[in-house]
Amino acid sequence: MTAPILRLSDVSRTFGTGDGAVHAVRSVSFDVAAGECLAIVGESGSGKSTLANMILGIYPPTTGEIALEGTVLPARRALAHRQAIQLVQQNPLSSLNPKRSIGATLRLALDVHGIGAPADRAAIVGALLEEVGLAAEYARRAPAALSGGQRQRVAIARALACQSRVVVLDEPTSALDVLVQARVLRLLDALRAERGLTYIFITHDLSVVRNIADRIAVFEKGRMIEIGDTETIFSAPSQTYTRRLISAVPVITGDELALRDKLAAHTKEDAP
Amino acid sequence: MRRTFAILAANPLSLLGLVLVALVVISAVFADFIAPFPAHRGAVVDFANFNQPPQWPYIFGTDLVGRDLFSRIIYAYRISLVLGIVVLAIAVPIGVTIGLLAGYLGGWTEYLLMRLTDVFLSIPPLVLAMSIMGVLEPTLTNGMLAVTAMWWPWYARLVYNITRGEREEGYVLAAEVIGASRGHVIFREILPNCMPAVITKMTLDMGFVILIASSLSFLGLGVQPPTPDLGSMVAAGATYLPDSWWLTVFPGLAILVAVFGFNLIGDALRDILGADQ
Repeated sequence: MTAPILRLSDVSRTFGTGDGAVHAVRSVSFDVAAGECLAIVGESGSGKSTLANMILGIYPPTTGEIALEGTVLPARRALAHRQAIQLVQQNPLSSLNPKRSIGATLRLALDVHGIGAPADRAAIVGALLEEVGLAAEYARRAPAALSGGQRQRVAIARALACQSRVVVLDEPTSALDVLVQARVLRLLDALRAERGLTYIFITHDLSVVRNIADRIAVFEKGRMIEIGDTETIFSAPSQTYTRRLISAVPVITGDELALRDKLAAHTKEDAP
Repeated sequence: MRRTFAILAANPLSLLGLVLVALVVISAVFADFIAPFPAHRGAVVDFANFNQPPQWPYIFGTDLVGRDLFSRIIYAYRISLVLGIVVLAIAVPIGVTIGLLAGYLGGWTEYLLMRLTDVFLSIPPLVLAMSIMGVLEPTLTNGMLAVTAMWWPWYARLVYNITRGEREEGYVLAAEVIGASRGHVIFREILPNCMPAVITKMTLDMGFVILIASSLSFLGLGVQPPTPDLGSMVAAGATYLPDSWWLTVFPGLAILVAVFGFNLIGDALRDILGADQ
């Protein structure tokens, strides 16, 4: 394994104070190697989203440190830190601004980080769209003209536009129907190989990450209870909780059902 | 575009609104060509023809100093429209900016801005305008100032409520994670999503501003004579009801046409832009 691109040392996050305090994440430490895909698995309330938000710098840890390539990240991140760590969200209906074209949405990342000469940026946007399997002319379209799967591809292109090295994937496929899910997962896997990306793949569904993750970290009630190679976790889980997760039939929450219905209403034929 | 026409066609009232507003705007813009007696917008006295009922060439009759009411109503529309446009042009940017900042930044900014908004909203509009006009001189400029002061809080509250919802949307988070500036997130990402509701409200408010301005001048606090104003015309004629009915009925109908027209268009816009806030 190469040197860690991301190192979490004793990271905790508490919301509120006193008796009402919620310990969302309790002293979590792990390293992520460059080019690795680490899955963070747990039920809702396990602290996995809080952890993702801290890695992204949406809020800092209460205690502990997060280091990117050996540099401890400050509470207020510099642009270079933001550029390095990007996000793909769960809900592709909400993650693209309905009032801005796909091109404008992708262009923002280029403008903010000064990637490419201003005159070349339209071409870069086109190349990014092609990289995620969409035609360059999608840049002119509004998000409403795209299916759920196509929108998620745009969201992935946005995360790549920054030339990020770490991508936090927050349930990137759980709002998509099964066929589209498989295509998006294949795309993510291919992009990781081509660009040498590091993934933090957050999910409640172990079956989704079985084929894509190198290692799996299992979270329960804010603690990381187990971390290991994907094969080891599946074949010889050390914790009862992990065994329960593995044996559990993937559970669909009410929110996701509603989201899927909404998507189905919006979804046109997805691009192959 | 096709949906726009479908909604317009399905709702004949919105077409009526379009016709009424077109009538008002055309009268205001081309007043100099339409009014049969352009000079009557000022201090003209013609005692030979004073207080005449509707008859050719005075189709709406004449007022107490012999001026053609039709000409004066047309010029009054010009004043009303200018007043409405100026008031909204000042009140809307102020209210929208305050709403966006309070809704997005939260914390102390939100607390201070929204309490200030509540203070303004808690004073009955006419009372606020009347006190401003009482302290300052009752001129057209001060009238606009008074109406503006009572109008921006509605936009602040409307935009604040939308912004609080939009702030939770994924696209805002995405822009923040990319590292976009606050200015970009507020004005380029969130503001466009507030515009349908703001434009709808502006159209509805054109009617209401005209109504409030007329109410103020009806009370003698707005546009001052001899400048023609619908509210002061109604006020001047009220003493002579019911004998000289044309003095109040025609200016009153003119107010109705403008307010009703802008309201119908506002309702249609709400359907077309899908702004149901």
